[in-house]
Amino acid sequence: MKRREFIKRSITSGVVAGSALTFMPYRNLFGAYNNPADPYDLVAIKGGEPHLMFDTAIESLGGMRKFVKSGQRVVVKPNIGWDAPPERAANTNPRLVGRIVEHCFNAGAKEVLVFDNTCNDWNKCYSNSGIEKAVKDAGGKMVPGNTEGYYHKVAVTQGKSLKDSKVHELILESDVFINVPVLKHHSATDLSISMKNLMGIIWDRRYWHRNDLHQCIADFTTWSKPDLNIIDAYRVMQKNGPRGVSVDDVGLYKAQIISTDIVAADTSATKLFGSDPADVDYLKSADQMGVGKMDLKSLNIKKIML
Amino acid sequence: MKWKLLKKIRVWVSLSFFVCTLFLFLDFTFSLAFQFISTVLYLQFVPSLLKFINLISFSAAGFIFIVIITLLFGRVYCSSVCPLGTLQDIISNISKRGRRKKRIFKYLKPHSWIRYSVLLIILVFILSGSILLLNLFDPYSLFGKISLNLFRPPVIWINNFLVGIFESFDQYILYRIEVKHYNPLSIIFSLLMLGFIFWLSLKKGRLYCNTVCPVGTVLGIISKISLYRISISETACTQCGVCSYVCKAGCIDYENATLDVSRCISCYNCMIVCPENGITYNRIGSNKPEKKTDPVKRQFLYNSLLLAAGILGFSKLVSGQDKPKLDSIPIYKPKPGLATTIPEDKKFHVTAPGSLSIDHFKAYCTACHLCVAVCPNQVLQPSFLEFGFDGMMQPRMDYHTAYCNYDCISCTEVCPSGAILLVTEEDKKKIQIGKVVFIKDNCIVVTENTACGACSEHCPTKSVQMVPYEKGHHIPEVDTEICVGCGACEFACPTLPYKAIFVDGNDIHLTAKVIEASDEIREVDLEEEFPF
Repeated sequence: MKRREFIKRSITSGVVAGSALTFMPYRNLFGAYNNPADPYDLVAIKGGEPHLMFDTAIESLGGMRKFVKSGQRVVVKPNIGWDAPPERAANTNPRLVGRIVEHCFNAGAKEVLVFDNTCNDWNKCYSNSGIEKAVKDAGGKMVPGNTEGYYHKVAVTQGKSLKDSKVHELILESDVFINVPVLKHHSATDLSISMKNLMGIIWDRRYWHRNDLHQCIADFTTWSKPDLNIIDAYRVMQKNGPRGVSVDDVGLYKAQIISTDIVAADTSATKLFGSDPADVDYLKSADQMGVGKMDLKSLNIKKIML
Repeated sequence: MKWKLLKKIRVWVSLSFFVCTLFLFLDFTFSLAFQFISTVLYLQFVPSLLKFINLISFSAAGFIFIVIITLLFGRVYCSSVCPLGTLQDIISNISKRGRRKKRIFKYLKPHSWIRYSVLLIILVFILSGSILLLNLFDPYSLFGKISLNLFRPPVIWINNFLVGIFESFDQYILYRIEVKHYNPLSIIFSLLMLGFIFWLSLKKGRLYCNTVCPVGTVLGIISKISLYRISISETACTQCGVCSYVCKAGCIDYENATLDVSRCISCYNCMIVCPENGITYNRIGSNKPEKKTDPVKRQFLYNSLLLAAGILGFSKLVSGQDKPKLDSIPIYKPKPGLATTIPEDKKFHVTAPGSLSIDHFKAYCTACHLCVAVCPNQVLQPSFLEFGFDGMMQPRMDYHTAYCNYDCISCTEVCPSGAILLVTEEDKKKIQIGKVVFIKDNCIVVTENTACGACSEHCPTKSVQMVPYEKGHHIPEVDTEICVGCGACEFACPTLPYKAIFVDGNDIHLTAKVIEASDEIREVDLEEEFPF
């Protein structure tokens, strides 16, 4: 772990622990928690274009300045796994990614970097997904993740099946990590959302597949906690995921979910998809390991219909 | 002087062909237009000839131009177009520099029996259905193998080194490349041949071209009746020998003031050094010397034929299995007790889409390795003996290393010999180069009882679908009808040493069934409230 990363992580975990101690008992007293004076844990928005929905949603969370401070280096990790055009919804919507990059710069980011460890040829994924152009137009930088040289070993100390993993250097060296998955069907893990999207920041995916995939996904979230999860559910691949065969697999949902709690974000997206979160093993594991909350009732959720 | 200009042109043309051809094999950004590639390689004799036999079209008529040029002006191909020839010139040239004592070439005795026998053996091989020897000695294909195996990796290493430097300044303009195409056989062969050619060109100039090279021999025969040729004027010649010192083909016998036209590669070096201006490039009627048969030669040829026939006996298609690569990737080492036990039983190895069948591919592929160089996924790899002894080094699809991009047709666009024929992107998606086979007892879902599905995840046609299995897990189910044989499933399968899913090659390529799908996006409950 690099020094910058170590300091950042120590501070974050300190803050998380502190706030948990402060707020947790009171939350339980109220049962269903919904105090409009407190910041929202999760924002769900529906009915608009992806970039416009993001403008509104991030405002409800207090604006991008809450997450990105002046002079910081931001890494944005969309799903760019497949050589497919935006209509196929195999990758995150390029308009959304572009707008996120813009927001980061507006908040004062020094640098915004975007990458993915793609499944198909990375050059084609970057360009055909439309994300490369959107990011560059917004002033961000595309970074390769195509060879092992970019990935460095980290220990996953709380992992049950996963004890270590090689993580892309951008994640290790950036100040802010924004996770921007696309909600879609997945043949191996039922659904691919925020937690599954983290498989794009590591190198040795086959090891995960061999060693209880669901547990590895949950284990890794004990190490990697994105500062913000933005789920693109504008177009949703309903079957044949994660690659998809044609646009026939895609449904138009026009939705978006934003949260700092990766488990809560994925739980709500699972419901939006029409599945039962209780059927998704990695969600349950992560919830039990205390990574985040599957119990949406205990969260302060803002729902917006445009 | 006009000959000086001619030589200058020759040097520039040869360097242009050399640099362009070399660049085709070194470009690791995959950014070259295929029109550029096919233009550069249009005149390459052996690939063009093979493609012409295959297609009979103008796009493959480059060798005819070479024949015509040779009939008119001699072996211009050897001095200007052939990249291996220029490589030899560069080697001799560099070795000449920095020496105190100037190195000189000398007249070499013809030893024509060697080159005619080599050519004959190659022809016998071809007639009996194998182009193995042609592949081994064709100068362009040899240059391709040498470039890919020996020149490309160092270029990529330098790139990767620079990436590290750039990265420390947060610059990501360059990116790392992983070289996946290491094949011991092809590398060793390239090394040996480069060493051999290096040594020959240091010692004797273009001796390879005049003893081993089949193209050189064929063009040598044609150039015997060429219209324009270099000749030494007996009246002007003072037997000073300067011309012979610069003749890299060693074909000038200055003592007798003669020049062996069949070995002359039309480099024009001699013409500009003659102090008497006694060497000219003129139109001359052919005056062949009387031929006489030599019983020793006859016996040699007879023996060579027998030998060739014997070697052919070995050249049967070998059914192959991918060697398990247990230790090559330490990070993927399985836990003890997790190793799979059932080997993948490949009846046929897979040839690239557009190659029609293994037979077609083997009959036309000169193993120049250009497809290996342009394959962005690097799934095309020089084979070892997967296609049999006579198919050695002809590239195969190596699904343990990579898989074939569903939307990519690069190899079909560049293949200069027609072993891989051009197909459109749309057609390529229908070509079935192999069929998926599932080995249930190797599958993670069965052996570990955990979820996996990596194969289905990567499948572009969904011929691998996950269906319900025990404990709420899903297990792959394959549909060979719609499978195109791209190997994504085999590549993605995490089991070791043997995969739980693999592609068995089609020895004759088939057409995959295409499932028609609507191209409209359905709107889903846009007005409905969030379900949470």
